[in-house]
Amino acid sequence: MNIMMIIFWCVALIILTPLVAGLISGVDRILTAKMQSRVGPPVLQPFYDVLKLFAKQKLVVNRFHNDFVLSAVVFTIASVGLFFAGQNLLLAIFALVVGNVFVVLAAYATNSPYSLIGAERELLQMLAAEPMILLAPVGLFMVTGTFDIEKLNAVQHCPFIYLPGVFIALTYVLTIKLRKSPFDLSTSHHAHQELVKGLTTEFAGPSLAWFEVIHWYEMIFLLALMYLFFANIPWLGVLVVLFVYFLEILIDNINARIKWELMLGSAWIITVILGVGNLLILDLFK
Amino acid sequence: MSSTSKSPWIIHYDGSSCNGCDIEVLACLMPRFDIERFGIINTGNPKHADILLITGSVNEQNKDVVKNIYDQMGEPKVVVAVGACACTGHFFAECYNTLGGVDKVIPVDVYCPGCAARPEAMIDAVVKGLAVLEEKRKKLQQSY
Repeated sequence: MNIMMIIFWCVALIILTPLVAGLISGVDRILTAKMQSRVGPPVLQPFYDVLKLFAKQKLVVNRFHNDFVLSAVVFTIASVGLFFAGQNLLLAIFALVVGNVFVVLAAYATNSPYSLIGAERELLQMLAAEPMILLAPVGLFMVTGTFDIEKLNAVQHCPFIYLPGVFIALTYVLTIKLRKSPFDLSTSHHAHQELVKGLTTEFAGPSLAWFEVIHWYEMIFLLALMYLFFANIPWLGVLVVLFVYFLEILIDNINARIKWELMLGSAWIITVILGVGNLLILDLFK
Repeated sequence: MSSTSKSPWIIHYDGSSCNGCDIEVLACLMPRFDIERFGIINTGNPKHADILLITGSVNEQNKDVVKNIYDQMGEPKVVVAVGACACTGHFFAECYNTLGGVDKVIPVDVYCPGCAARPEAMIDAVVKGLAVLEEKRKKLQQSY
């Protein structure tokens, strides 16, 4: 592919990503409602929410908040762009993490006590989830010998067969990254609430809308990362990703929120046993 | 209809109600009435909310709280007074510490009478509030 085509596809996918992610969130909300024997909102509800938030008054408590939010948007979109351009997977993940850090900084900048606790919990969530998210590309590298997403996407054999432990552990930390119960400590979706709204307490109007958009990009990035485990059989990859997302909705609905100690401990134990264990076995028997 | 009136997020504040109306507000969220059908979410954070639902009358103790919550909400915003106490003070109106209805402290857009107000009446009041919300959004857009 020449460079023009790559740029074209990249821009197209960056525009398409929030549309797809918004639809997935809409279906998520309907499924959640069905699980609670409610009817639920229309499937386009997440778009209505975001458009409404963009139309609301800007309530910014200080001059740094908006800059941090915009930086987070830029880095998160850049990470998804890098991913779809078939660039280095590690670079894309680091860009995503920088985006996350800017969200935390935006929450810290507001100086509200609820926001501060939310930001600290978000850091704990990152501490719990990031090791596993970094181990996933390491596992993919050990199987395929490359970090390039373009080459990872064109593998001949299914990486999942060599990395089942890594995949399961990734599914576990996905609950943390998707802000689903029982790991929705810093902030959560739908009508759940604790500590007012944690991380997003001081996000109001457009900045909350940007936060939603960031979350959409992040969601698609992580689902695409899971897809790479089945990259040689596309239909199976898409099916597994959809199944994993359904599993997350189910977990969200049958669990209550837990304390951060349990989240951090369990995430690390699963990372070490399933993630590192899988890589060790792969290294020994290869 | 714009997206503003398709996604009204609510914050619920109990002034000094007997909890009758509050139970009915909660009933609205439950499967039987399920107000999420209209995109309504109970937020608990004034900065995210579009509609302020107040139950109970306003008194000397909570008038600053009510005013504070109202001020923290971003424009466009709508206030719905739910129940007889929030509308007029009802039988607490003559009490020494009661100021009366919510409109003594903040501007109220929709009054929803009843003791306690029925969930159907509440949903109706919120839907009436949506028209006001839409009007305010248009005004806000023109002022930019």
